[in-house]
Amino acid sequence: MKANIDMSALAVFIFFFVLVTAMGFFASRWRRAESLDHLDEWGLGGRKFGTWITWFLVGGDFYTAYTVIAVPALVYAIGAYGFFALPYTIIVYPLVFAVMPLLWKAAKERGYVTAGDVVRGTYGSRALELAVASTGVIATMPYIALQLIGMEVAIKALGLTGEMPIILAFLVLALYTYSSGLRAPALIAFVKDIMIYIVVLAAIIVVPSKLGGYSAVFSAADAAFEAKGKGGILLDPTQLVPYVTLALGSALAAFMYPHTLTGIFASSGANTIRKNAVLLPAYTLLLGLLALLGYMGHAAGLQLQSNNDVVPTLFKTLFPGWFAGFAFSAIAIGALVPAAVMSIGAANLFTRNFWKVWVNPDVTPAGEAQVAKITSMLVKVGALVAILLLPTQFALDLQLLGGLWILQTLPALVFGLYTSWFRAPALLAGWAAGFIGGSALVWSDGLKPLHALAFDGVTVSVYTGLLALALNVTVAVAVNLIVPAKETADDDLHVAEAESRS
Amino acid sequence: MIRLLLLAPYIGLLWVPFYNFEEPKLFGFPFFYWYQLAWVPLTSLITYFVYRSVRHES
Repeated sequence: MKANIDMSALAVFIFFFVLVTAMGFFASRWRRAESLDHLDEWGLGGRKFGTWITWFLVGGDFYTAYTVIAVPALVYAIGAYGFFALPYTIIVYPLVFAVMPLLWKAAKERGYVTAGDVVRGTYGSRALELAVASTGVIATMPYIALQLIGMEVAIKALGLTGEMPIILAFLVLALYTYSSGLRAPALIAFVKDIMIYIVVLAAIIVVPSKLGGYSAVFSAADAAFEAKGKGGILLDPTQLVPYVTLALGSALAAFMYPHTLTGIFASSGANTIRKNAVLLPAYTLLLGLLALLGYMGHAAGLQLQSNNDVVPTLFKTLFPGWFAGFAFSAIAIGALVPAAVMSIGAANLFTRNFWKVWVNPDVTPAGEAQVAKITSMLVKVGALVAILLLPTQFALDLQLLGGLWILQTLPALVFGLYTSWFRAPALLAGWAAGFIGGSALVWSDGLKPLHALAFDGVTVSVYTGLLALALNVTVAVAVNLIVPAKETADDDLHVAEAESRS
Repeated sequence: MIRLLLLAPYIGLLWVPFYNFEEPKLFGFPFFYWYQLAWVPLTSLITYFVYRSVRHES
């Protein structure tokens, strides 16, 4: 196998990996707090991240390494349909602008660290808190595994085989996250994003010039889909509704995830978030251009074993070894940032909404930070074991369900910002209906994200996550109307108790 | 009221029959692609406009 390794590519890769590792450990001293033995410091970086750090951090954990691999792969495989990520990552920002500053304000005023904290503070229901928190943890686990898949693809493209490189990379990630908390991915995000920007700019300028321009790229893709008899550079009439509902459902789910929410809570103010809603679409432009690499794969006539290889193979074919090495390090480092933030988000949830509530209510702030550090480690080990022992398809299927699951926490998390009409039992019933009903629907459809609905003989496929959300809200409204308010009076006591404590 | 402008990208992007065409092309990009890419800076501008008008509130 050694003959396959390009030494200059490997040298570039090792250089950048060592660089970010050093930065990861140094991060504990960056914008130093009195002590990192507090969850606000370890898990939220002290809630002091201004506009630019938030931009790099949220951009870095929202547009993940797996995106860089998977979106072009999907576009390579089926064409226009794979572009739903573009409208999705545009319409998400007006939503962030409108909703997230309110959530940030509530969190800052009352010391919330997680979505579970918000729900308990608003409704005083431990059951609802547990539902929201555990949904966050189980939706995040496969997402971390996906980052590992992205890293694996990049490492394999370097010619390194076997499991050792990925284990080593993850060990390093786990150790500096443990010691530096959210400061590590925030600092590394600077390097990661600048590298990705360089890679994408090079690709969108150099690749079409080698392949005869964008017209040639699009017509080559069109011809390839024509020959295959599947996909196309425009949407098929049956793909319109799936395209739109996937974009809308994904946008509604995106900032319910613990890692994106962590980025929001860590920012220094409501206006920081609003400014980011204006500035973050710069990454979307990048994503749209990256997606086109899928078509460039057709124009370059690549022969691939797996669709996921389209980006690495394109770089290996069209660029000198050292630049391909740079691109692969950008992708691998691109996996570290989101994986770290995801494990921190999941660890915060476990610590605040499970450990502190059900195991040790008297835990000190230092104890909380310690539990979170260890949990973040275990979460990552779990993802690593899943990748090494289980088939890749398993992580992908779980990730699909994860999107549906996290979407079911939206009513509990967001409705309370606008109205106090909903009560905990209703939201809990809605969550359960959406979670169980949605999962059952995905299962019965053979783990596909779309469900076919028939109206008057016309069949329309809709993103199952949105259907589950509709069921969720319907059940919540119905239960809230039917169950008399006095049965939930003791919940109000909890609210009062929670407020007096904070 | 000015916040309602934030709905514009939803209308522009979620009604696919607006843009599921190949012509007119721009720099070799079919309309489907450049139309959606154009919404990226447009959405930024709209959001910035709303930001400027609401920032005094907080």
